[in-house]
Parts: sequence; structure tokens; C-alpha cells
Amino acid sequence: MQSTRRPKLAVWKFGSCDGCQLSLLNCEDELLTLAGAVEIAYFLEASTAVTEGPYDLSLVEGSVTTPHDAERIQEVRATSRHLVAIGACATAGGIQALRNLADVGEMTRTVYAHPDYISTLESSTPIAAHVPVDFELRGCPVSRHQLLEVVSAFLAGRKPLVPAYSVCQECKRRGNVCVTVAHGTPCLGPVTQAGCGAICPSFHRGCYGCFGPTETPNTAALSDVLRSCGMSGPELVRIFRTYNTGAPAFAAASAAAEKRGGPR
Amino acid sequence: MPSRESDIATPRLVIDVAGLQSLIDSLRGDGYRVVGPTVRDGAIVLAEMSDVAELPRGWADDQRPGGYRLTRREDGAFFGHSVSAATWKHHLFPPEVVSWQARVDTEGIHVEAPAAPARYALLGLRACDLAAIAVQDRVLMQTAHPDRDYAARRERALLIAVNCAAPSGSCFCTSMGTGPRATAGHDLALTELVGDGEGPARSAQVPAGAERNDAGAGHRFLVEVGSERGAAAISALRASPPSASDLDAAAAVWSSAAARVDRSLDTAGLPGLLMRNLEHPRWDLVAERCLSCANCTLVCPTCFCVDLREAGGLDPRHAEQHRVWASCFSVDHSQLHGGSMRWSARARYRQWMTHKLATWHEQFGTSGCVGCGRCITWCPAGIDITEEAAAIRATDGLTGPPTRARG
Repeated sequence: MQSTRRPKLAVWKFGSCDGCQLSLLNCEDELLTLAGAVEIAYFLEASTAVTEGPYDLSLVEGSVTTPHDAERIQEVRATSRHLVAIGACATAGGIQALRNLADVGEMTRTVYAHPDYISTLESSTPIAAHVPVDFELRGCPVSRHQLLEVVSAFLAGRKPLVPAYSVCQECKRRGNVCVTVAHGTPCLGPVTQAGCGAICPSFHRGCYGCFGPTETPNTAALSDVLRSCGMSGPELVRIFRTYNTGAPAFAAASAAAEKRGGPR
Repeated sequence: MPSRESDIATPRLVIDVAGLQSLIDSLRGDGYRVVGPTVRDGAIVLAEMSDVAELPRGWADDQRPGGYRLTRREDGAFFGHSVSAATWKHHLFPPEVVSWQARVDTEGIHVEAPAAPARYALLGLRACDLAAIAVQDRVLMQTAHPDRDYAARRERALLIAVNCAAPSGSCFCTSMGTGPRATAGHDLALTELVGDGEGPARSAQVPAGAERNDAGAGHRFLVEVGSERGAAAISALRASPPSASDLDAAAAVWSSAAARVDRSLDTAGLPGLLMRNLEHPRWDLVAERCLSCANCTLVCPTCFCVDLREAGGLDPRHAEQHRVWASCFSVDHSQLHGGSMRWSARARYRQWMTHKLATWHEQFGTSGCVGCGRCITWCPAGIDITEEAAAIRATDGLTGPPTRARG
């Protein structure tokens, strides 16, 4: 930044659970450093005090699910020098992208007593489907370490160091015993992007893909492995339809499993 | 059998289980962190230890392509298992270390060297592990630009091999000339002789009242000294010279282990074979199965690729560089101006396998593979490097689109 003023940071919420914003608040020790490095100008989750734009860096949480949000994201983009989408909702449409596979009208009639008050879109879409995005940070929620890395990178004018390789790389570095090979536990780690630090395998659970697909996910080969671990056809359909159900590679894997069927 | 078996110049002696405990105790007393095999999370892993009770006594392992299961064994052997899940790289070439850090203040820039690394005594290394350490020594130390962290760890380390008695279904050390018997590179090499009726006689060597005597009755270890450092490590132990039957029993362990290695890799002309088959359709078939997850490279005891990452954080007055394990299965590993050279899994698997088995010879004068079989066991898709090499050998010169039949 050329001037001595601190860069202005804004944090925006769209269709989401607020968990990624909480990851930012959860930075604790680093939060004071962050507050020293940037002016937190718009962050309703943290403060009702608002400084007007334009903003140097906007972090956008959530997916676009309503006509109102489809307009609002255009305004956010227009007032932001850099825009970073954070979390599975903002980068893949989130768990609410399950609606993309269903009849939204039927769902609203089932859920709401007065569905006529609901104004919603047919689909839940990532931010990049609406406006140009400077960087997408994965995760449900995002890793606070990666979030700080992204903010640091934008402040320094460099590329964020956010690897697109598999969770297995973090898992092996931790010295974990592979839950698939040693226990026969189905795990999405080989096709899921690193960033979480391999939390679930570290607790003897299979990865369920909350950081979305790797750079080159071989979901067909992994599906064979998952079936050999005893996963049924319907389970295989569901495992790829969670937080990143709208990520193209996972959506295709789920559809392929549905097409192939298989024993329950 | 190799002529080294009759090499009686190597000092040999015998200790019992209490002696092994004394060895651990004295190493710890000398400032070593003793790391050895133990059972955790359904596998034999490596961990810092202080007591022989932490060793995987009575455990064995069943390893095969894409599969690993612990099994019980009846004889109470402490080292009756095959290679550990993770490798000794975690201790000699750790997944992430701080290369250097720097701080800037009003007086200038201050670069701080990293703290001296831990001093490890690695207990339970297999012959293939020793061979792999020798490979890493060549790559990381015997070069114009040695890796300082590795060199420091390596120079401080004590290597205690335990000769393999139970190769797994993934092992092929006999093909690579690296095992199963430790013949070079160790400070000490142990051969475990599980009780055969001589236990009570040996117990006379144990100090009266030693509590661990019962647990180890009948057990003894033939110790072969491989270096002065190894000799010093056992100089204070109660030990006896080996009897003729001890030596016979050890020779039986060595020969039966070698006979139990039933996987093989035909290395005759292997570099040339692979390099003239770079367009073989087998690469397409393996790419269909390959997850590009990098597990093979991370469990490989010779893979040495790293990233150097700047890890400064938000504070502009502080900078750090970390050395972090990397893998040729990542797209950005081959990132050059204009993009990645190896975008496809086919290109990446081929790069890994041809480097390991072929171009490593040109680069470092040896094979990059020691036949430990970890890449076979820990590949979630069960891809078997020996099977892939054999398939190419069986159809040398084949080109064109792949057929579905997998060889």
C-alpha cells in the first residue's frame, strides 16, 4: 500500500452459517495484529460501527441464494479493490446447493408455514458465478491460519500460499496412520484439498471433503476404493453431496455413483 | 548367502531383554532421544520411548497393496514385524523445519539460525531403512550444497538396526540388494533370538532383582557392532560372547527372512527399459487408478523433495522460511514459467517411477528404490510399483491406446 493509511478490510455475509466469520474472530492472538495492520471497516459480526467504502480487501462469506443477494454481491464487488470468497458456501454454493438437485418450490412449501413470504432463487451458487473473484479460500469453515495467510498475502501484494494438493499430504506429515489402508475406513482425503491439517483422520475418522476437490481429483478411482471399503451406492452418492455438493468434481462423482447404483 | 555372514571381524556379543533396557537407559542418559517401533492406531509406528514394554511385543503386520493390518504372533518377539508405517525421515528429515528466521529493527536485520536439532538413537531400523538413509546421505549431504539440518541430525544420530525376521507381503529388498540383513551403515545391528530354552541360563547375567527379567526370559539379542560409536554405546552393558548355537540361530533368522521375501522386481536393464517406454500405454492405465494423493512419496524413505515456504505472517518486521515436504504428485511441483509441466496423473506417476528406478542412477549413482514396499502398502488404490514395472517389461516397446485388461 502506498499511503500510510491502513488498508480497509470489509467482511460480508451472504447465504451462510457465519462459521467462517467466526474463524476470523477466533484468530485471538493474531486478531490484535490484524487490527493493527488493517482498518476493520465493515464487519457486522464483530461491530456495528461501519466505515463507508470503497474497501481495499473484502472477504465474502456465503453463497448467493436470493434475488436480493444477487444484486448485493454486485455492489460489494463494485466497492472492493480485492474480493476474496471464503468458505465452502462462497466457493461452491455450500450445503444449501443441495437445492440445485431438487424442486425449491416444493422444499419451501414443506418447510415454511407461509411460503409465499419466501423469495429465493432456484439454485445456490458461489460468488464467482456472479462477479470476478480475486481468490477463493476453501473450507467449512475456513482455516484461520489460511485466512491470515490470505490477508497477509493481499496486504503484501503477493500470491497466497494455499496449496491445492490433497489432505493426504498434511495427514502423512502429521505422521498419522492412514485410516483407509490400516482400518478400511472410507476417506475423501485423496481427492480433498488440504488446509484443515487433516483433522478428521487425526481422530481416526475419514475425511468428508469439507475443503472441496483437489487440483486434479480422481474421484472415479477413489470411488472404487470407497466401494472396496464397503460403502454402498447410496452412501457414495451422499458422501460427495455435503458441504461442497456444488463443486463440479464432487457433483460429477455423486452423479456417477447415482447412475451406477449399487447395493445398499 | 552373502560372504559377510562369515565375517567374524565384526565384534559380536549377546544381551538379553534386560540388556536391551539397559541400552535404552544408557542412551537416554547420554542425551539421546530413543525412538523405536510401537503400536498406535492399528499399526507399527515410530515413537520416542524409554521402556522395552513400549515395543510392539507379540505383534506382526500383514501388508499388501493398499492394505495393512496388525496381527498377533505367539512367540512374543519384540521386533517380529515388518517396516514401520511412517519412516525415519520424520526424525532425520522432518516434514517441516524452520530453515531460518529474520527480524528487522532499528539496528538492522538479524538473521537467526535454527536451534540445534535433537539427538536421536533410532532403534529398530531395518536393512532397507539403512539403505534408504545411505541414499539420503548422498542426496542431502554428499553434495556441493548440503542440507544443514539433515547433516546436523545425521551426524548426531545413532543407528541401531534390528535384522528383519518377518518381511511383509509388500517387501522386495532382496531384489534391490538392500536386505533383509543389515550389512552396512549401522552403529549396532541386533538379531532377535526368541527364547529357545536358553533363557534361564542367560538370566544369570541380569543383576539380582531386575524386574524386567521375567518378561524377557528366554529372549536374547545378538549384537553386531558396526562403528566406534556403536561400540561405545554398549561398552557398559552386561553382555556375553555369542555361543555357537547363538550364531546358528542368528544365521537361521537371516536366511529364513530372505527366503520369506516373495515379491520381486526384475532390475536387469530396468533404467533402459523404462526410459525407452515413455509412451507405453501402461502409463495411461496406472493413471486411471492413481489418486495423485502423494502418499507413495511421503512414505518413501528416499523421497527428498521439499518446498521452501516463506511464512512471515502479518508482522512485516519478522520473516521465516520453512522447509516442508513436497511431492512430485502436486501440480505445482513442476510449475515453470507458463504453467505446470506435468498436469496429468500419467505424467506425474511416470515422473515418480522413472526417477525412482531409472534416472536416479544417472543422478546419484544408485537406484532410488530400496524395496521397503511402503509405497505399495500405503497407496489407497493399491498401485504396486513392481507390478507396473513387470507389466512394461512384459510388453516392452508397446505403444498406442491402452487396452482395458490390466496385467
